[in-house]
Amino acid sequence: MPKVKVDGVELDVPAGATVLQACELAGKEIPRFCYHERLSIAGNCRMCLVEVKPGPPKPQASCALPAAEGQEIRTDSEMVKKAREGVMEFLLINHPLDCPICDQGGECDLQDQSVAYGRGASRYDENKRAVTEKYMGPIVKTVMTRCIQCTRCVRFAEEVAGVPEIGAIYRGENMQITTYLEHAAKSELSGNVVDLCPVGALTAKPYAFEARPWELKKTHAIDVMDAVGTNIRLDSRGRQVLRAVPRINDDVNEEWASDKTRHNVDGLVRKRLDKPYVRKDGKLVPATWAEAFAAIAAVQHGGSVAAVAGDLLDCETMFAGKALVEKLGGTMLEGRQTGLAYDVSSLSSVVFNTPLADLETADVILLVGTNLRWEAPLVNTRLRKAIKKGAKVFGIGPEFDLTYKVEWLGNDASLLAKLPEAVVEAFGKAARPAVIVGGGVLAKDGAHGDTLALVETLGLIKDGWNGYNVLHFAAARMGGLMLGYATAGGIKAVAAAKPKLLFSLGADEVDYAAFEGSFKVYVGHHGDKGAHAADVILPGASYAEKAGTYVNLEGRVQRGEKAVFAPGDAREDWSILRALSDVMGATLPFDSFEQLRAEMVKAVPALGIEGLADYGWSIPKLPTGATGELASPIKDFYLTNAICRASPTMQQCSAELVHGVEFAEAAE
Amino acid sequence: MADAPHIPDEAETRARWGAFAWTAENAAQAEKIIARYPAGRQQSAVMPLLDLAQRQVGAETQTQGWLPVPVMEYIGRQLDMPYMRVYEVATFYTMYNLAPVGRYHVQVCGTTPCMLRGSDDVFAACKNKGLVKGATTPDGLFTLTEVECLGACANAPMVQINDDNYEDLTYDSMSAVLETLSAGGQPKIGPQIDRQTSAPEGGPTTLKEMVSENHDYRGDWA
Repeated sequence: MPKVKVDGVELDVPAGATVLQACELAGKEIPRFCYHERLSIAGNCRMCLVEVKPGPPKPQASCALPAAEGQEIRTDSEMVKKAREGVMEFLLINHPLDCPICDQGGECDLQDQSVAYGRGASRYDENKRAVTEKYMGPIVKTVMTRCIQCTRCVRFAEEVAGVPEIGAIYRGENMQITTYLEHAAKSELSGNVVDLCPVGALTAKPYAFEARPWELKKTHAIDVMDAVGTNIRLDSRGRQVLRAVPRINDDVNEEWASDKTRHNVDGLVRKRLDKPYVRKDGKLVPATWAEAFAAIAAVQHGGSVAAVAGDLLDCETMFAGKALVEKLGGTMLEGRQTGLAYDVSSLSSVVFNTPLADLETADVILLVGTNLRWEAPLVNTRLRKAIKKGAKVFGIGPEFDLTYKVEWLGNDASLLAKLPEAVVEAFGKAARPAVIVGGGVLAKDGAHGDTLALVETLGLIKDGWNGYNVLHFAAARMGGLMLGYATAGGIKAVAAAKPKLLFSLGADEVDYAAFEGSFKVYVGHHGDKGAHAADVILPGASYAEKAGTYVNLEGRVQRGEKAVFAPGDAREDWSILRALSDVMGATLPFDSFEQLRAEMVKAVPALGIEGLADYGWSIPKLPTGATGELASPIKDFYLTNAICRASPTMQQCSAELVHGVEFAEAAE
Repeated sequence: MADAPHIPDEAETRARWGAFAWTAENAAQAEKIIARYPAGRQQSAVMPLLDLAQRQVGAETQTQGWLPVPVMEYIGRQLDMPYMRVYEVATFYTMYNLAPVGRYHVQVCGTTPCMLRGSDDVFAACKNKGLVKGATTPDGLFTLTEVECLGACANAPMVQINDDNYEDLTYDSMSAVLETLSAGGQPKIGPQIDRQTSAPEGGPTTLKEMVSENHDYRGDWA
C-alpha cells in the first residue's frame, strides 16, 4: 500500500495502482482519451499529464506511471495546466470543427475536455489533415477525419472482442484507424467501439443523425435479446426508442452490450401489432377490444386451457397469464417453445450456477454443445478473460470460432460418459473447474443427465464454487421456470392434451401446426409467426413499453422500467389479461401493476428480491447415456426473435455478417 | 496522403498472388530467421520475413518487389499473427512497397541537408528522364519516390536505387546514372565525384603522409 500525496492530501493507494488511479482516489478529475479501465494502457494521448516528484522536472503521463511510495503528485499546478492546454491544442490541430453536424456532439469527451482544459483558441493556421471514411460494417459509421488516434477501438477489438481486425495503418500524420482491408468487423460486439470512441470518429450507423443526447429521455431497462440480462439504458424521444446503450454492471455485462442488444430498437417501430384482430372466415380482420374479448369469451373451453410463454417476456406478464389459466381451470403452462423437455424438478440443475463475474477465475472449462459467441456473447467475453489468465478450454460438440483456443474433443454426446484421459486429468488438478452446458445438450435425450454426472466425476463443486452451468438464451426462461412455465414432456405434451383454448404470450418460435384444434389467442407485440397462426390477436407491449422483472441465466432477478408507450391500441400485457379475465368471468385479483407485482412476489418470493435467487443445490436422478451429434440451436445470431426479425439493421447484419452478402456502400 | 501508393485491387491481387509460397531457398532462410527469436516470440520475425517476401516477389516479377495482400497473409499464417498486425507493420515502414514498383526503385532524398545541397536538381534530372513521383515509367524500369533522410547527409544530395546509394549528385551525374541503368549497365556505386565514401573531396586534407606508408609524425610536433 504505497502512500502518496495528491495536491497536498496524503492517501494510501492499492499496490499496483497507477498515478491516475491514485488521483481518482483522491477525488481529482484527470482528463484522458486513450486510457480506459477495461482496456490495456496505451499512454499515447498524453492528456493525463500530471506533475510527479520525485522524477524528471516535466509533466508525466499518469495513466502509465505506477504509483510509488512517497510520490508527491500535483494535478493543479501551473505546469499541469499548461501541459493540458498544449496537448489539447495539438489534438485539435487536425480535429475538424464540425461539432454541429457530428453525432457525438453533446456527449463528446473531446468537446467536454476542451471546454474544461483547453486554451480557448487555436494558434494553428496551416491546412488540416483529412482522412477518407473507412467501412467497418453495418453497425459502425466512420468519420475518420475526427479520429484522434487513441486506439481504444483497436485495443477493444483485440482484447475484449477477440477479433483483431481493427488496426492503425501508416504512421505519423498519415496514421489511420481502419478494419483489415476495410472489410466489416466480424464481431457481435462491434457496437461497443462506438461508446469507446471519445470523439465522433466512430458513431452508430443506424442512429446516424437521429437525435441529440439532450433531447432524449433515458430509461433504465433490462435487455431481452439473450438470457444474460444486459443492463441497458433506453434513450427515447416522444414515443420512439432511438437507441439502447449498456449501463455499467460489473456482475452482469461490465459495460458492454452485443450488437443485437444495441440495434434491435429499430425493430420496435416496425411490423407492430397496434390493434386487435379476430379471425373471420380464415382471415384476420381488425376488430375492437370488445369484439376480440367477446370472441375469446365465446370459446367453450371447459377448463381445457393452456398458455405458452415467449422468450422475451417479463415475469409479471407470465404471472398474470398463469393466474388467468388457473382461474379458468387450466393447468398447462409451457415456456420452452422449441420442444425442449428437460427435467426442472431442481432449478439448480438448469441454471448457470457460477456467477458471471466469478467465471473469469475459472481455470479449466468444458463447453458442451454450445456456440457461446452466439448464445451469450457477454459470457464469451468473460471466458476470454479467464483464458487470458491461463484457463484451459475443452469443447464437445460442433466446432465454432469462439475467438480463443478450444481443444475440441469431437461432436459426439457419448464422449460425456467417457471423457479422454487428458480432460479428466486437467479437471483433477483444477481449483475452479466449470462445465458450460449449451442448448444443444438439453435437446438431446439423456445428455442432461450425462452432464449432471460430470459434477461428481469432474468434481465441479468446491468450497464456495459451483461449476455446473446450464446456458439459456431466452430472457424469459429462468423467470418462466420459477413461475412454473414447464410441463412434464414439454410443449409436445401440451399439444397432445389438445387444449381448447391456447394463450400464446408472445410465443413466436412454436410449431403451431401441432395446435390445429385449439383456439389460439396471441398476446404480443410483433406480427410474426405467433400472430400469423392466431385466431385472436391482442396487441401487447414490447420490453421497452412495460416495466417488468427479468431473471437472467444465472438466476439474477433484475427490474426494468417502461421507456415509451406501446403504439396504437396496444396495451401492457398484464392489463390485457386483467381486462380479458373480467369478460371471461374469471376476474384476476389485481387492478394495478403494483398489485400484480405484489401478488407475484407472494407466490414466488424470490422474484421480489433483486439479485441472485437461491435455488439450493440438488441433482435430480436423470436418465443418461446420450449418443450422437449435438447441434447449437441458434442458426442466425442476428435473427433470433420477433423484434430483431423486424429490425432492418439486424436483417442487414444477418445478410452481411452471417450470409456474406456484399453491400455496396451507398453513394454519398 | 495524396501521393500515397494506390493499393491495387484486392480481387486481382488475390487471383495473381493467392498461391504465393516460399521458394525452397527462401523457405530455409525463413526458418533460419524465425529461429533467431526465442520460443513464443516468433512474431518478431515479421519484418525480416516481409523483406524476404518482397525480394521474392521482386525476383518473380523482375522488379524491386512489393507486398501483395495474400503474401502478407501468408506470413501472418506462418507466424500465427493476425493479418491486421502484419498489415500495420507493412504500412508503417516506407521500405515495404504496398504497390508494384519498377525494376529500379529510385528513392530521392528531399530532406533539408540534401535539399540545401541541390536535391531539386536531382529531381529535375529524374523529371527530365520521364520519371514522375509516385509512379512507374511506362517501360516498367523506374519508380520515383521522394523519401526522407536516408542518413547519408555528408554526401548530400543522394539517392537510393534498389539496395545501393548514389551520392554527391548533380543534375548531370544523376542523368548519367539513370542513363546507364536504362541501358542495362551498372553505374559506379557511392559518391559520383572524386571522393572515397565520405572522406574529403580530392583526397585527404590531413595526415597526407599516411596515405602511402605508416608515417611517424612525432618528430613534427617539436
